[in-house]
Amino acid sequence: MTAPLLQLRDLRVHFRTGRGGLFRRRRILEAVGGVSFDIHRGEVLGLVGESGSGKSTIGRTLTRLERPTGGEAIFEGTDILALTARAFRPLRRRIQMIFQDPFASLNPRLTIEQTLAEPLFIHRLARDRSEARDMIAETLELVGMDPDAMKRHPHEFSGGQRQRIGIARVMIVKPRLVIADEPVSALDVSIQAQVLNLIKKLQRESGVSMLFISHDLGVVRYISDRIAVMRRGKIVEIGDRNRIFDSPRHDYTRRLLASIPRLPPAPN
Amino acid sequence: MALLEVRDLGLAIAAGGRLLPVVRGISFAVEENETLGIVGESGCGKSLTALAIMGLLEDTAIRITGGSIRFEGRELLTMAPAERRALMGNRMAIVFQEPMTSLNPVYRVGDQIVEVLRQHRDLSTSEARERTLRLLEMVQVPEPEQRVHSYPHQLSGGQRQRVMIAMAIACDPRLLIADEPTTALDVTVQKEILELLQDLQKRMGSAIVLISHDLGVIAETCDRVAVMYRGTIVEEATAGELFANVAHPYTRGLLASIPPADRDVEWLEAIPGRVPAVDQEIPGCAFHPRCPFVRDLCRTARPEGRDFAPGHSIRCHFPREWRT
Repeated sequence: MTAPLLQLRDLRVHFRTGRGGLFRRRRILEAVGGVSFDIHRGEVLGLVGESGSGKSTIGRTLTRLERPTGGEAIFEGTDILALTARAFRPLRRRIQMIFQDPFASLNPRLTIEQTLAEPLFIHRLARDRSEARDMIAETLELVGMDPDAMKRHPHEFSGGQRQRIGIARVMIVKPRLVIADEPVSALDVSIQAQVLNLIKKLQRESGVSMLFISHDLGVVRYISDRIAVMRRGKIVEIGDRNRIFDSPRHDYTRRLLASIPRLPPAPN
Repeated sequence: MALLEVRDLGLAIAAGGRLLPVVRGISFAVEENETLGIVGESGCGKSLTALAIMGLLEDTAIRITGGSIRFEGRELLTMAPAERRALMGNRMAIVFQEPMTSLNPVYRVGDQIVEVLRQHRDLSTSEARERTLRLLEMVQVPEPEQRVHSYPHQLSGGQRQRVMIAMAIACDPRLLIADEPTTALDVTVQKEILELLQDLQKRMGSAIVLISHDLGVIAETCDRVAVMYRGTIVEEATAGELFANVAHPYTRGLLASIPPADRDVEWLEAIPGRVPAVDQEIPGCAFHPRCPFVRDLCRTARPEGRDFAPGHSIRCHFPREWRT
């Protein structure tokens, strides 16, 4: 078996709460308290937990939006947490993030073409504008959008379309690892299904590895190969998708599963 | 006589001198001891319907364009404002999704409940205080004697929603509207809040209208379900009948869109396209541009409501097409 794409070892992230003061001690909040897991090539690891469990902090640490207190993340042989910002730059393309609200991460002044061309020039994936335009058109089609969309601005699109654009921006640079943090949570259920199908299809076709973070157990089951259940900064249980859902070992996992509103069987 | 009876209610947004319809003549009734679920995606008109019932559309861009809302046999839409205000928070109450924005951040939660009580009931300060403690016990807020002194920000999301529910039931309302009451909460807390609502209903015998985008929440808590799409109730039945016998392609599409937690599915059967913009007029059936079973008639004729089975009504020319 080949080495995992990512080996996370004993990740710790502490936050200081408040500024403290003359009479008030600063408190240290342990957002992530020693988390380890592997993500293999072509694998989707689902990270599920309730609010405040630390699942998003892990994703943000791996894209270096958050500084860890300790631990290592060996990605293709390099500990990316130990790198300087400069040394990390060449790796940035390979680890990409999809956010819950793509609108907040799209520049409202730029056309979709300008937005998607930016990473192509930064990472030197396109030589000139016409090559970039071809790649953008191809990627927009890949995410189920009309290539004409490239002439328009983010506000002209619905939530589902914006998330497709967010996915296009990630996929266009051909990453090795995608971190998706609640990518469908803000979408209506009928649109959510379209975007989930798209993410699954693109993941299968490209073979990209994925850390899929969500509070929704059904969504995580649909997309993941393996699942880690988090609570209060720690992983309480990790295993194959069906094992977690069919024979959960930890009390907390059982309680989570028992809390999901039961849906009647799908109509045939 | 039903406790609440909505007939042909029409709502529209006033925008640029035009009235854009958002609720297109909906009718439903709720009895005492009954929970009616209204389910639909954003923009279907479910929350605006709740606000119309509660009389909370004043000073908004929403206009009531027609219909009637009768509560305990009295027409609400022609009632004098003072009379109507006396009903609100008293005979009928509402719980919203985000309790942090509905609670006043600068008052202690106990004082906020006392205020509701003193507005509608002739209670002394000590009686109101006593009743407030009993209400917080009813909604299972731990250590009520301490919690009455808390400010909203000192409570967790689940505790805040319990306080909101305590305020809503303070005057024993006959009708409680809960608009996405658990959407902002974690799934384990959601379960507790839904159980609390069901428990309170059993004890108080009131009617509940539960509005949600989540079919699972609706299926678990409601006696009857109305499915809304683009301002219309497209299907309505008892929960048992509806889920055993889904007849509208939109309801079917919603169910098939939800990734199940209890089994593996390879691909989700998503509804194609999206809800048309408010200012877009759709001829025929509003769902026809997204319907996998569309036929010519659907493109031209708006389907009327009719009975599909006893107690199961539907607006669709060709229900259950997937069976043929």
